[in-house]
Amino acid sequence: MSDRRSTPETEAERAARFAAEEAATPTIPVTEYRARSRRSFLTGAAGAAAAFVGFRHLQSRPEIDNIPDLLRKGHEFNESVWTTVSQGRSAPTFDRSASSLIRVNGRHGLRDEIDLDAWSMRVEAPDGALLGTHVLADVTAFEKVEMTVEHKCIEGWSHIVTWGGSRFSDFAAQYEEQLGELPKYVALETPDGAYYVSMDIESMMHPQTLLTYELEGAPLDQLHGAPLRLSTPNKYGIKTLKRIGVIRFTNERPADYWGERGYDWYAGL
Amino acid sequence: MPENCGIEQVAILRHRRGTRWMHWINFPLLAIMIWSGLRIYAADSRDPFGFGIGLVGWHWFDFLPDSVNDALGLRRKLAKGLAWHFTFGWLFTLNGLAYAIYSWRTREWRHVFPERRSFGDAAAVIRHDLFIRNKPLPPQGRYNGAQRLSYTLILVLGAVAIVTGFAIYRPSQLNLLTRMLGGYERAKTIHFFVTISFLVFFVVHVLQVVRAGWKNFASMVTGYEVIDRPVPGGLVAEPDLDPDGPVPPGDAVPPPDAVRDGFVGLNAAAAGAAGDDLEVGDV
Repeated sequence: MSDRRSTPETEAERAARFAAEEAATPTIPVTEYRARSRRSFLTGAAGAAAAFVGFRHLQSRPEIDNIPDLLRKGHEFNESVWTTVSQGRSAPTFDRSASSLIRVNGRHGLRDEIDLDAWSMRVEAPDGALLGTHVLADVTAFEKVEMTVEHKCIEGWSHIVTWGGSRFSDFAAQYEEQLGELPKYVALETPDGAYYVSMDIESMMHPQTLLTYELEGAPLDQLHGAPLRLSTPNKYGIKTLKRIGVIRFTNERPADYWGERGYDWYAGL
Repeated sequence: MPENCGIEQVAILRHRRGTRWMHWINFPLLAIMIWSGLRIYAADSRDPFGFGIGLVGWHWFDFLPDSVNDALGLRRKLAKGLAWHFTFGWLFTLNGLAYAIYSWRTREWRHVFPERRSFGDAAAVIRHDLFIRNKPLPPQGRYNGAQRLSYTLILVLGAVAIVTGFAIYRPSQLNLLTRMLGGYERAKTIHFFVTISFLVFFVVHVLQVVRAGWKNFASMVTGYEVIDRPVPGGLVAEPDLDPDGPVPPGDAVPPPDAVRDGFVGLNAAAAGAAGDDLEVGDV
């Protein structure tokens, strides 16, 4: 009320306003307060007990892929929210000068060096049939895309990096006819099968999802996934499998290395 | 109460039902968010916001040294940390939104948001609480200046936590938001320091609640606090009990030193405690 006046209220007026506020505050008789107080404290105690029991219960629920089923449901709920709300947006890109060589953080499926000249990649249909076998030249034949993006690790760090490769969507187009309607998922595996990831087809067909053969303008080295890896700034790094051995189109949600180990299968950004 | 002629005891409303419920629901939700958030934080191979002197490689401060990580079970819990954080984040957000709407609809915010004089008041309250100054405190409504400022700040920080949280949760899908906050790394930094602010607030808040006493605490559970107030037409002590200055107009107005952190009742000074440093429990 005082705020609308041109002259600021005096200390006394302010005190009077506070007093009037208090005088206008509802009161109840002390007897009623006692009954209410008992009820409130009982409710509070019950609520605190329920919260504690609920917390312990949630932790001890049967696990689905290494996290309590309710938390797994939480991940699935989030997946349905975000695939509905804003799937398909692109990650920001950066100036090339901002990027630098990224650290090696995961060595799953890269146990031994491979002979890059002997490398080839299989592409499989949902029924397991072989659609094709490819050498690197089959991938580099498509339009080359260079993108400088922020690669984000699920552990929390991020790094601006420049990838060079071909859009997965360009590569997949050659199988459009054979596949008919696009399957719902794509699974990728390292040649030794030790590391495997899977992604929804929408994320795979996103223009920023690359079959990547260059890092910082140079061919990939072994620990960064030579000769061919996946990259996308729209998923955590755990999904960007290095050293692709198999690409499989499928309609059943395929196994995912970290998804089986308690992480969110979607892992979207 | 013959010896307290003219004074009656009533229970006055301090916190509405909605405020109380949302306050107490927020406590475990925020606790889960901080706990699971620290599990996520601890997963980064270095303590990203620790301070160190790079030149000599001397790392003199970690927010989460290994001993803390081990004591709180934060290590190697990234998957569970993420699952808790992204599931309960919704509940934390909903509770915050519900409070924002509630506070606006019931006009509760008027008791909480700072007024022009709250900044000066806050300084006086802080000096008083740190035993630097022993002058009477300025008049206050339900909350004193320091409370208004810190409660408003913590509400704003709650909103910042939610907004920066979403920005680092979906930096591609919400890339406009992330960009507005200065990018992924900047938003992450803000999100982290908001968490630290919550922890600092929590410590100060609990200390102040302990200082303010049981009746103040109970009012956050029951909603009410028993106070003495004058019976209309009853005997009211003369206002010359205030030694510190002019008596505010109107005999229903308490002298400044009667109005303390605990929001002492209307005519507390008249109840016989004139000149004393009143505590909530005295009333």
